[in-house]
Amino acid sequence: MSLWVWILLALAAIALGGWLFRYAGQRITANRPYFRDMPYGVAFGYVFAGAAVLGGIWLYFQDGAVFFRWAVHGLLGFAAAAWVFRTLGRTVGTDRTRKFFRSMPLTASFGLLIILIYAVLAIFAPLIAPYGQEEVFQQVNALPGGDPAAGGNPDHLLGTDQIGRDLLSRLIYGAQNTVGIAFATTCLAFFLGGSFGFLAATLGGWLDQVLSRTVDVLMAIPSLIFALLLMTIASAWAGTQSWQLTFYMIVIIAVIDSTRVFRLSRAVGANIVVMDYIEAAKLRGEGLRYLIFREILPNAYAPLLAEFGLRFCFVFLTIASLSFLGVGIQPPLADWGTMVRDLAQFINFAAFSPLAAALPLMAAGAIALLTVAVNFVVDWMLQKSSGLKE
Amino acid sequence: MHPVLKIVIQRLLLGLLTLLVVSIVIFLAVNALPGDFAQAILGQSATPEAVAAIRRDLGLDQPAVTRYFSWLADMLTGDLGVSFAQANFASFVGTSAESGSGPVTVLQQITPRFQNTMFLAGVTAIIAVPVSLTLGILAALYRNSAFDRGVNIFALSSVSSPEFFLAYILILFLAVLNPVLPSLSNIFSDMGLGERLRATLLPALTLTLVVTAQMMRMTRAAIINLLASPYIEMARLKGISPTRVIVTHALPNALAPIITVIALNLAYLITGVVVVEVVFVYPGIGQLFVDSVKIRDIPVVQACCLIFASAYILLNLLADVLSILSNPRLRHPK
Amino acid sequence: MSNLVEIRDIWIEGRSDEDWLPIINGIDLTLAKGEVLGLIGESGAGKSTLGLAAMGYTRDGVRIKSGSVTFDGIDLIAASAATKRDLLGKRIAYVAQSAAASFNPAHKLIDQHIEAPVQHGISGRTEATQDGIELYRRLRLPNPEEIGFRYPHQVSGGQLQRAMTAMAMSCRPDLIIFDEPTTALDVTTQIEVLAAIRDIVEQFDTAAIYITHDLAVVAQMADRIKVLLRGDEVETADTRTMLSAPQQDYTKSLWAVRSFDRPAKPAPATDATPVISVQNITAAYGRMPVLFDVSFDIHEGRTVAVVGESGSGKSTAARVITGLLPQSQGVIEYRGDPLPADYRKRDRNQLRQAQMIYQMADTALNPRKTIGEIVGRPVEFYMGLKGRKKRERTRQLLNQIELEPDQFIDRLPSELSGGQKQRVGIARALAAEPEFIICDEVTSALDQLVAEGILRLLARLQDELHLSYMFITHDLATVKAIADEVVVMKDGRVVEHGPKKEMFTPPHHPYTDLLLSSVPEMDPDWLTELLAERGRENIGDAAVGKM
Repeated sequence: MSLWVWILLALAAIALGGWLFRYAGQRITANRPYFRDMPYGVAFGYVFAGAAVLGGIWLYFQDGAVFFRWAVHGLLGFAAAAWVFRTLGRTVGTDRTRKFFRSMPLTASFGLLIILIYAVLAIFAPLIAPYGQEEVFQQVNALPGGDPAAGGNPDHLLGTDQIGRDLLSRLIYGAQNTVGIAFATTCLAFFLGGSFGFLAATLGGWLDQVLSRTVDVLMAIPSLIFALLLMTIASAWAGTQSWQLTFYMIVIIAVIDSTRVFRLSRAVGANIVVMDYIEAAKLRGEGLRYLIFREILPNAYAPLLAEFGLRFCFVFLTIASLSFLGVGIQPPLADWGTMVRDLAQFINFAAFSPLAAALPLMAAGAIALLTVAVNFVVDWMLQKSSGLKE
Repeated sequence: MHPVLKIVIQRLLLGLLTLLVVSIVIFLAVNALPGDFAQAILGQSATPEAVAAIRRDLGLDQPAVTRYFSWLADMLTGDLGVSFAQANFASFVGTSAESGSGPVTVLQQITPRFQNTMFLAGVTAIIAVPVSLTLGILAALYRNSAFDRGVNIFALSSVSSPEFFLAYILILFLAVLNPVLPSLSNIFSDMGLGERLRATLLPALTLTLVVTAQMMRMTRAAIINLLASPYIEMARLKGISPTRVIVTHALPNALAPIITVIALNLAYLITGVVVVEVVFVYPGIGQLFVDSVKIRDIPVVQACCLIFASAYILLNLLADVLSILSNPRLRHPK
Repeated sequence: MSNLVEIRDIWIEGRSDEDWLPIINGIDLTLAKGEVLGLIGESGAGKSTLGLAAMGYTRDGVRIKSGSVTFDGIDLIAASAATKRDLLGKRIAYVAQSAAASFNPAHKLIDQHIEAPVQHGISGRTEATQDGIELYRRLRLPNPEEIGFRYPHQVSGGQLQRAMTAMAMSCRPDLIIFDEPTTALDVTTQIEVLAAIRDIVEQFDTAAIYITHDLAVVAQMADRIKVLLRGDEVETADTRTMLSAPQQDYTKSLWAVRSFDRPAKPAPATDATPVISVQNITAAYGRMPVLFDVSFDIHEGRTVAVVGESGSGKSTAARVITGLLPQSQGVIEYRGDPLPADYRKRDRNQLRQAQMIYQMADTALNPRKTIGEIVGRPVEFYMGLKGRKKRERTRQLLNQIELEPDQFIDRLPSELSGGQKQRVGIARALAAEPEFIICDEVTSALDQLVAEGILRLLARLQDELHLSYMFITHDLATVKAIADEVVVMKDGRVVEHGPKKEMFTPPHHPYTDLLLSSVPEMDPDWLTELLAERGRENIGDAAVGKM
């Protein structure tokens, strides 16, 4: 329980520090309004943040804090890369692209950079990866690091898995498979949900009622649970070919997710349909095609694009979770969710070989990094389109 | 009748209807399977007795409507059937489904696990709700400050990370490098509360990270939206102190959105629980569900699915009803 | 030192994206004790910002860059938050534009009323409650004993606005800022609120800053008027001088707007077939009936103004004519032939002949299309013109509405001002070469000068192209300016119908009379005289209720 005592003591010290900080500020600046009107909570926050930074620096120089150092390096590295990327965007290119980068926060440029890197990895995976994803080598369970003395192999930087496949290659191919499949699924979901949503919004009446009620019911079942239920049935249906199950998974997740897309595009469409310019077009005698494609859709791009980003994250995470649970993307396709599950036990070797323990985290982190990146970009887009008045 | 009561009753009926339709969907999904269902499910290695038992159990010779209603009636009376795996096992060791000492029923399988899951969800909620509400309100009050941005980045990152990523990070730091908590949750029925809490803490923390981020962001948005209303400006222009503005003017109106946020996230917990239980080998209903999915154990899958869906619908319904009750416009009609 | 408020050389900025844009550029303002100052200007003039600055308050994203604000010798810019809090509500009070949004929906009116006196330690709860009821009585609210115990959504708009004035009075402040308190109200309700505000301010000798865009309103309320234009002061003078002898061109042009008046055309031949004939229309939204037995004719080259307050059914009548809301009974005839009730059953020519211009130009133009595409589409759709011919016709149309084609044809609606957008809306209607145009409150969202330009344009187009207009409006000044015939509607029925001249000379239907008499005039004595003439019981909601 001494840990709790220490924590309490530290908190008390910070609380006292906050009061001292404000008092000193008032004295030194001769009661400037900023310090005079500063609530105590703010002063506490400043001192707390200061203490956290100091604690972090102390931890950084501890011998055992390997992972913490990696995290700090990663964070700083990414921040620097994002900053360079943004500066580049602000100086190179046409006026429009430069303006695009001008108002961009660091988080968004980080997101954009990561998305670009993933896109390159996914498209050029066969060129970048040293080996094929199904290629099996002699040495199984080679440890990462490439040092033969430590159980590694210089030919396999990240080592090999239990049947001797190169992990670095599988990680890179994972971008192609995991991201590619998620992307295809999202596109399918958007095609289904979007077309039905806009139809429902434009036509209204019984079609809207039927579609909306159906979607209500489908959305009443939590999506991961529903996906698992349908995957069970699909697995009974699917033949022996493993790609069949992957294909069923794409369809199942796309259908489940299209309900969310339907809701959004119907709402967006309904907001646009009540506009006077739509009424004007209807009264002109325009047909349905013109209404949807020329009048409604051009005004729905911005929210739909943001939704595409969010849905992609959601689909991507669902697929990763299914794969992690063992019912998603099927071997021999390399994919990150499955890799996490297969490599998970390495985490227990953290004390002896930090790099080996990092393997499952690398695969999981690869998933997290992309979703974080997309979310950062979407967050910025949403803020840009709506938050200005705030 | 008081209009609020009327709306609430309407919503409750609607919720029940949704539940009914969802049960039909779940039933149909399973019964859409072609061919010899029992054989397909159990595969070639199944004993003929097991296949026969399943056929009889499912009443495959009867029309679908009859089957649905008898299935629904069974569900309502708590008879969730016998899992294929258990039936197969039972027939393998020679006890038949009819004999009293027969195989373990789905209900018997699910009950203890359901309790464990509720325990996990409860612990998570107790940690997550106060933390996220505080963080969300603070972020809204000090919006656009460094604190707000920091919390926002943290929240976005943890919302978008897969549950297993957060889980393994926590395992790495709290179980492997600094062994303060167990990385596997061994839960027994006769465990003391303290021990049980210790075993549950790591999965609960993982879920907390996921749910807190979401809840905090939603709380922040709701509060900022509220603070922008003209009546808050009016209160400030009346010279009311900031604390009082929050407590008497913002809070009563924030109740509905906050309740909605909490209920929606508890509903979200239900989905998140599946992956987290698998990571920590936590003996809950999510783990059972995933195992049954892998071996295509339809009765268990159906039952779990129905339980998850019911909890989800009930929580959403609760959010709906509570936010109706806290709306002054509905409580005091014209 | 006799001035209650002194603002010296104040500069205020608002944030837009990354930059700070000026809102108020170096304005001085003084206000003596008990004086009422009218702040007047068009949208974007910075009136509200200046009014709030007089309280030492700025909204989020707005900041005072330099200058000083002094209230009774206290420097409000340097004052601490606590000092300001002590003044607000107690000595300086605020009445907002939208009372419905500015009352907290979760509390009863009286609880919100007594909050300021109780929190500022002026009186106890019971005492403050009694005083509140007394104020409600003085502001002539119905049931003053009980109305305070209702929730905001249970009280009508005009009553809420008076309750808010009572709330501002609760601590008997030295200064009240009225921020467009009657803008959202119908004319008959507005007059009641104006009378109540003026009485109470006089009774307690409270100083006030009255912000509005309506000259006639400010003439009734203010001792002195300050005119603002885009953050700059145009001129300041006492009310009578300002009205009789404005100095600056801008002020003069504002005053002149109300003089636009087009002579009514001679009556049509009795046997002429009307372009549009509305015959005994009854219509309902779902099960709620909104129109009852409505009939009127619109003849070639003439303007029929349909007048009424919100909820009178005037816009619904337009929806029935266009076929968006099929009627349950009655017939619409176009040149003697009945039109199908549903627009989807009308042929292309029938659709072409009746065009519509909308109130909100913002929502009437697709924001993703250029002006050329918006105006060109009907040209292509109805006339079958393509390519160069279409572009030429589009340019011709833009010329017709006085927008330079080269400059505007490739712009997006968001790059246009409100008046320009409305002109594009007119061009789109003209592109169909119709005989009949419905103008739905086309000028009510525009500033007065711009609105006048639109009215003149419509008048010119009518003369050139022999168009028939159905002109829906709630503004009688607009009716006076442009109508040949007037239809007065109330609660879905036509209460009076006839040539403009007849409508504006007595005897009237009682409702028309009330409507006409409620429109504020520029004469500063108008309100006083009206109240003396009609009595307080015969204005506003009370009078409407008697009908």
